[in-house]
Amino acid sequence: MAAMGSGRGTMDSQNQVQSDNIDRLKLLYPNVNEDETPLPRSWSTKDKFSYIGLSQNNLRVHYKGHGKTHKDAASVRATHPIPAACGLYYFEVRIVSKGRDGYMGIGLSAHGVNMNRLPGWDKHSYGYHGDDGHSFCSSGTGQPYGPTFTTGDVIGCGVNLVDNTCFYTKNGHHLGIAFRGLPPNLYPTVGLQTPGEVVDANFGQQPFVFDIEDMLRELRARTRLAIDEFPLPDEQGQWQQVLHRMVSTYLVHHGYCSTAQAFSRATGEHIHEDITSIKNRQRISKLVMSGRIGEAIESTRRLYPGLLERDADLLFLLKCRQFVEMVNGTDSEMCGGGGGCLSHNGVATSVISHTSRAHSPVPPDTHHTHNGLHTNGVTDISEQKQNCDVDMTPEPVAPLNPCAAPTAPSTGAPNGAHDEGEGCRASVERMLAFGRELYAMSQKLSQDHYHKSMLEDAFSLLAYSNPWDSPLGWQLEPVRREAVCEALNSAILEFQGMQWVSPVEACVSHSRELLKRMARASLGACAFADLPDRATSNDRSGAPRSLVLRDPKSGGDAGSVAQVGHTDTFAVKAIHSYYWGRGSCVAQS
Amino acid sequence: MQHLTIFMDIESSRSYIDELYSSDVTKVLEALITLKNSVIGSNRQKSSVIQQGIVPRLLQLMSEQNWDPNIRLEATITIGSLAKGTSENVNALVEQGAAVALVEILKEVPIGTKLAEASLCALRSIFLNPPAPISALPAEMRLLSRLTQITREGSPTARACVVRILSIWCGGPIEQEALCAAGACNAIAALLAPKGTTPPPIARALPALDLLAAMCFENANVSQVALNTRYGDKTIPELLTLLVSRDKPLPVAMGAARCITFIHRAGALPADDSRVVFGALPCLARLCTKDMPEDIRATAAETLAYLAEVDTSLQRLAAISNHLMSSLADIVNCPSAAAKQGAFKCFASLGANDEDIRKRIIETHGLMVHVVNGMNNPEPSVRLAAVRCLHSLSRSVQQLRTTFQDHSVWRPLMQLLSESPGTELLTVGSSTLCNLLLEFSPAKEPMLDQGAVEMLCNLTKRPEAALRLNGIWALMNMAFQAEQKVKQRILCCLGTEQMFRLLGDSDTRVIMKTLGLLRNLLSTRQHIDAIMNEFSSQVMQAVIVVLEGSYPAEVKEQALCILGNIGDGEKAKDFIMANEDVLRKLVDYLAHPESKLQEAALFVAGNLVWKGEAGCAARQARLAELGVLRALKLLRQRPDAAHLHDKVKTALAQFNELT
Repeated sequence: MAAMGSGRGTMDSQNQVQSDNIDRLKLLYPNVNEDETPLPRSWSTKDKFSYIGLSQNNLRVHYKGHGKTHKDAASVRATHPIPAACGLYYFEVRIVSKGRDGYMGIGLSAHGVNMNRLPGWDKHSYGYHGDDGHSFCSSGTGQPYGPTFTTGDVIGCGVNLVDNTCFYTKNGHHLGIAFRGLPPNLYPTVGLQTPGEVVDANFGQQPFVFDIEDMLRELRARTRLAIDEFPLPDEQGQWQQVLHRMVSTYLVHHGYCSTAQAFSRATGEHIHEDITSIKNRQRISKLVMSGRIGEAIESTRRLYPGLLERDADLLFLLKCRQFVEMVNGTDSEMCGGGGGCLSHNGVATSVISHTSRAHSPVPPDTHHTHNGLHTNGVTDISEQKQNCDVDMTPEPVAPLNPCAAPTAPSTGAPNGAHDEGEGCRASVERMLAFGRELYAMSQKLSQDHYHKSMLEDAFSLLAYSNPWDSPLGWQLEPVRREAVCEALNSAILEFQGMQWVSPVEACVSHSRELLKRMARASLGACAFADLPDRATSNDRSGAPRSLVLRDPKSGGDAGSVAQVGHTDTFAVKAIHSYYWGRGSCVAQS
Repeated sequence: MQHLTIFMDIESSRSYIDELYSSDVTKVLEALITLKNSVIGSNRQKSSVIQQGIVPRLLQLMSEQNWDPNIRLEATITIGSLAKGTSENVNALVEQGAAVALVEILKEVPIGTKLAEASLCALRSIFLNPPAPISALPAEMRLLSRLTQITREGSPTARACVVRILSIWCGGPIEQEALCAAGACNAIAALLAPKGTTPPPIARALPALDLLAAMCFENANVSQVALNTRYGDKTIPELLTLLVSRDKPLPVAMGAARCITFIHRAGALPADDSRVVFGALPCLARLCTKDMPEDIRATAAETLAYLAEVDTSLQRLAAISNHLMSSLADIVNCPSAAAKQGAFKCFASLGANDEDIRKRIIETHGLMVHVVNGMNNPEPSVRLAAVRCLHSLSRSVQQLRTTFQDHSVWRPLMQLLSESPGTELLTVGSSTLCNLLLEFSPAKEPMLDQGAVEMLCNLTKRPEAALRLNGIWALMNMAFQAEQKVKQRILCCLGTEQMFRLLGDSDTRVIMKTLGLLRNLLSTRQHIDAIMNEFSSQVMQAVIVVLEGSYPAEVKEQALCILGNIGDGEKAKDFIMANEDVLRKLVDYLAHPESKLQEAALFVAGNLVWKGEAGCAARQARLAELGVLRALKLLRQRPDAAHLHDKVKTALAQFNELT
């Protein structure tokens, strides 16, 4: 997560080693969203002339016509057009046999171009022919272009979607640009014309003969340079100030209070929110992040009366999470919401699992371990105590929850000394009661798919004897708390009349949207504008689009300025991409 | 106003310059700093200081080991500043021994001191001004080890300076070997290696690449060492392969491709090595394309010319790479001489062996006009490169007959060769002329009028064997199927004396071509008789000289062929028949163990005994008397001469009355 897209070269080479079980195409074209624009992965069984035969997973093409005249020419297109977000697209064709005359054409054509022809002969069709080595640019007469090709040769066809040009390679040698000013949405195409002609395609599933990585690196460097050199108006070009503000607002937004204060001291950047207010949010965030949702709800009700009453969706989200955390054994049921105040055993433990949680991704005591390590380095001890900056210590939490007995630290060993059968039954009952309440609550809400599936997923956990190992076990991962935490934090900020999203995150999501728009507008440069860490935003959690930044080590508020360096580079990239993306779209419209 | 300033400069300078010669350390130091500040950035001040004769004092202060180290440092920095002045300034410094003094400092001061760095900077400035004072830096192992140590351990500035100095200094095998022995290859590998994924910065990589190229150029031994030198897990060629990639700065990619080229041409990497074929070659072809800056294109074209100069497979690959030919045709139109000559050289390499490529160069890219223009270029390097290109293309018989003729390429070529050109141009030009004369009959007349024969005859008198060969070769080609007056002119102009001199040439190829010229002169009956009528004694003497001398068999074969030609003449036969010595030799050669000499002798005998010509009976009798008949009969019985049996039989059949 900290890699931030730098050093892509090494990442790629590492990935090549383990290519057996990795989709090479995803590595070649990481910015392509295949849900929207699938990559060509084979020849189309439908989009071809009848004289074309396909075999070997629709990668091998052979000619099965008479092959008497050029009227017997036959072509086949790939299953999908080339997505612009590839940036640089490339495929290779190995000539298995040149057949009778070797009248083979390799190239590109638009949807609907006549397939009873070789690529290049018609409008919106482009080809390089083996018999004479000529290139055909939407015309029946070719231009001298390259060498001829025949049995055993590997011909590559590359499409530069930034410049809209096309080049070919022969046996790994770049032959130079063949076509310029290509239209968008072209399909890889091959055409054959005489009996015995057989060619195999490699759309990237196998390593290429030509070093396409080299050209990808070049385009990436070029795009980076274009971003760096993009001219900005003077008032926007004051990076230092803009960056400081971005970093500071980010820290404040997420309640890294002490870090924000330290940063403010170091840079003189003013903090606009009241410190106590930040700390309140921070406290609530930490409760959510440690899985203690009930306490978080309680604190929210107390500090921001009216918020949860007004935002039923949010409350539902929190309650759902609380249910999950109950399964997890991290949330201690307590007198909250409409539930009665029950005496409880106080040991945060799973009510279901009877087995050891060896497979749990994060041991529940992680936060305790960190607690000792990450004490606030800047604020003095008395302040720390008073403001309860450090989460999970019993003393500061207790006052929030006066009716609850002091909680003992969770041990991580769910099968504690208490009576299993008794405790378990009681817990399950409490949970079922909570579930019923939750269900009732959902009935009052608008019945949208999102709420429904969230509830179903949460309830389904009960069906497994070991929920952590179940197909829905992902819900129990601590990382899932982030989305809830962010939603609550945003709601609190909005409730207080502040921005619900931090500028840096707005900037990143804006840039990401712009890149999507560029992809849809066939601007290939979107492939090479590096945005940090896609994985954080498009995972299974359905998290909000804003990006959750975590400290690489603890997610805590380290309170030291040294940490900022990490965020800093990120912000620079984001801002660059933001402005650059905006500039491109302006130029486009 | 202007006058006043100068006046004030001189006035104000006097006082502190006097202080330079003081014995008070403080005063000297103050004066030095004032002087340093006054010369920085002002070429006028630099010249003035040098003219005032202060340099010797500065050198003295710089070299004084027992003085205040600050004085030495400031003096060195001042010298360094002066060395950044005009070319005249630098030359003056070198004349006064600055380079030597700086090298002396480098020998004694510890590495890593400011003084060492300052002297390296100064020395670099001096070396960057051609001609660099190469001899100031002796190839001593101790000194070179010290310098390579700086390239490994010194500050970034010191490293860059040392490497730049050495890259200029390394101009021959002695320097190459010395640097290699001092461990320069290891130091270079370290400079070229990436730090993690970050490539080396351009300021570090460029001098290192230049030094590596200088060390490997035409040096098989050093190239071999470079091939096996590692930094981390990568050898130098592998490091270079990383640097030729498309995302590297253009000068770095250019430098790296050049190094791979030099290592290949020195014989350390084969032509089919992937680092040559997929590393250097595509990089150079890419750097020749239209989008690149002109200076890069020029160097890339010239380097590619060197890369593909001899290997046909590389020529064919280059010819299809990245529209190289179009790129080169475009570079020819660039204004700079460097670009033009690079492109011509590259075309020359591409067309060296492959007829198909030559055809494409001429037909597709209409190069001939540019070649003709190039031969008229005011820049000598462009003229030479154009002639090289013409020479390469002139290997195509088809082009000689068509395009060459259409563009009268002989005209500018003859013009160039008659303007007392340099040896190199003369060699390539006369080589081209050889090819032009081969099939170029329509141009022979005008070329003769321009004094081609005289020029070629003069070439045969040159001390350089290559020029003598080209001269006589061209004459031979010119005489092939020529008119009699042309032949006469060649003979008159060359003179028999020169012909005998050439027959005694140290270069066998020259002798061969001289005899070839004689053969061509003595062909067709009328010409034979006419020439023998005039030059019989000289020709016969020439033949005898060769037949009697200790020449290789192929030379003697040529001489026998000349005899055969003479034997084909009507009256000329008599010159042979009258010479008993020659006839006895003929008998000897018929029995010679060397098959081709037997055959040649048989050819002579056959011509002499041919019946139906005047006096054939008398000749047959005379030859039978001298043993030719017997020799022929013996030859027929020899199993090793089976392939000659038909010819022997034909010859024997002529002796009808005597058998």
